Amino acid sequence: MNRLTRRGALAMLGASALAVPVHAERFAGHYRPQAEPLAEGVWLVRGSDAPIAFENGGAIANSVILATADGPILFDCGPSQAYAQALSALAQGLTGKPPVLVLISHLHPDHALGASAFDPAIVAALPGTIAEIERDGPGMSDAMFRILADWMRETQLVIPARRLAPGELSVGGRALTLLAMNGHSGCDLVVRDHASGIVLAGDLVFHDRAPATPDADLAAWRGALDRLAAIPRTLLVPGHGPVDRDGSAIAQTRDWLAWLDAALRDAAGRGLDMTEAGDMPIPPRFARMAAARYELQRSVSHFYPAIEASVLPRIDQPEGGSQPNGGRTGNRPITK
Amino acid sequence: MAGTALIALMTGAAHAAPAPDPLQSPMWDMQAERLFGHDRVVFDPRVHIAVPMLAENQHVFPVTLDARALPDVRRIVVLVDLDPIPVPVDFVPGKAAPWLGLRIKLDQRTPVRVAAQTADGTWHVAGLWVDAAGGGCSAPPASRAHGDWAVHLGEVRGAVWHGTDGGGAAVTRLRFSVRHPMDTGLVDTIPAYNLETVRVTAGGETMAQMTVSGSMSEDPAFTLLLPAGETRPITIAMRDSNGREFTGRLP
Repeated sequence: MNRLTRRGALAMLGASALAVPVHAERFAGHYRPQAEPLAEGVWLVRGSDAPIAFENGGAIANSVILATADGPILFDCGPSQAYAQALSALAQGLTGKPPVLVLISHLHPDHALGASAFDPAIVAALPGTIAEIERDGPGMSDAMFRILADWMRETQLVIPARRLAPGELSVGGRALTLLAMNGHSGCDLVVRDHASGIVLAGDLVFHDRAPATPDADLAAWRGALDRLAAIPRTLLVPGHGPVDRDGSAIAQTRDWLAWLDAALRDAAGRGLDMTEAGDMPIPPRFARMAAARYELQRSVSHFYPAIEASVLPRIDQPEGGSQPNGGRTGNRPITK
Repeated sequence: MAGTALIALMTGAAHAAPAPDPLQSPMWDMQAERLFGHDRVVFDPRVHIAVPMLAENQHVFPVTLDARALPDVRRIVVLVDLDPIPVPVDFVPGKAAPWLGLRIKLDQRTPVRVAAQTADGTWHVAGLWVDAAGGGCSAPPASRAHGDWAVHLGEVRGAVWHGTDGGGAAVTRLRFSVRHPMDTGLVDTIPAYNLETVRVTAGGETMAQMTVSGSMSEDPAFTLLLPAGETRPITIAMRDSNGREFTGRLP
């Protein structure tokens, strides 16, 4: 009976709690989204170019407000009920009407969970995104509540009820072209506004902020960047970071993804472990990118085990003695 | 029952007299008593632990430990205070450097520590708090979800590199991984099933040994530093909790 138990030690907590600093509950502040005019009836609402953190309330993604005669369209709506309410009020203040349509670019919570603030009937996404939100939404919501706590108050998981089809969409006199791509996630919506010539790229493009890869297929992503580069436009709004007026954000995103793919393969080929790969030098040309080390270490988590499995040869010797693949190293592309 | 444990704890505290925990973990006293008993325990910055800045995946959290700044390290344990299976690996470096790369599961926000025992019996401990989402130990592994774990069970991959360590000294780096579900026994309807022992030999001579538990990540991967110029054939012999044996051979 002298054996120590976890339960016994936890019982001690009552006695020792006074000596242990207790993490005080922190209360959320107020979201203060700001609208920056891009063209007639088009406003950008910038996210903070940082990791999701309590300090920024998860408001890290860009949103866009598009005025129409029927009321504004929102392209992405932030991480939470409170953010989306503030964004909705901002759009109503600018246009005089409440939002008539909310477009969700892809499944990630910093873009999609703000749907909580709207009637699901006006929340729209491509069918692939809807399926991904149905699959991953509860887990993403849990993760956001864990990090953002009070900022997420009253946020419910809303599945977009309106299914978008690629092609032309006209709302209140504003004509949009919707394009279905993939690579950053399994389904990424791109919107081109005819009147302004502005392209809304969602998270297929990051600008001076390192790309996030939790659901990425790097080869497909590079293909999507090629398609994006070919779309005539006046300017491009990335999912994160400042507006791109000269195509440099597409090139920068492509450069980072190509470097990341090659660098992780090189690290695995040199026998580095995950912590070492996450600490590798980041080339100076990426010095402008916010959250670069953070996203590199996330990407190591997303890709490294599969890369190792493709780089390291089999060395077990079943009956017969020959190596199952002849000892050759594989060369599979990175896919999730 | 809690009372018995309490008395045991207080007695333990009386004879082990560990230094106050710099991480102020609620489980330190109990874990230290269980692991280190009467041995001397010091918190020592010469023990290094490298981890990423965030636990992106609580099922696969990489840890690289380095106790090479200590003389005569005999044994190293990794301790994850608040995990239900708190010791993922117990490592006897032998001829290998007191350095190890591994991947573990985290079941919640917890201290992660490395304790290295030197020849005089003293444990040198370093660690840090790691924030992690829940469920690293209590959600099924990916291969159970895919349903293909048995197809790939025991596949060993690995390679050897002759190069230098971070300080420029010559070293033989060995990396290997084995496909194994590493079931913790904490998932409903899936009993515990994990790798238990790992022994690395070169030319028949034992280089390093490990005892591992279900709080190692699925498909465990290890990095070891063997003496420079080790060119003899290397054998990695592993055994799991069902008595199955897996072997990898290099070159």
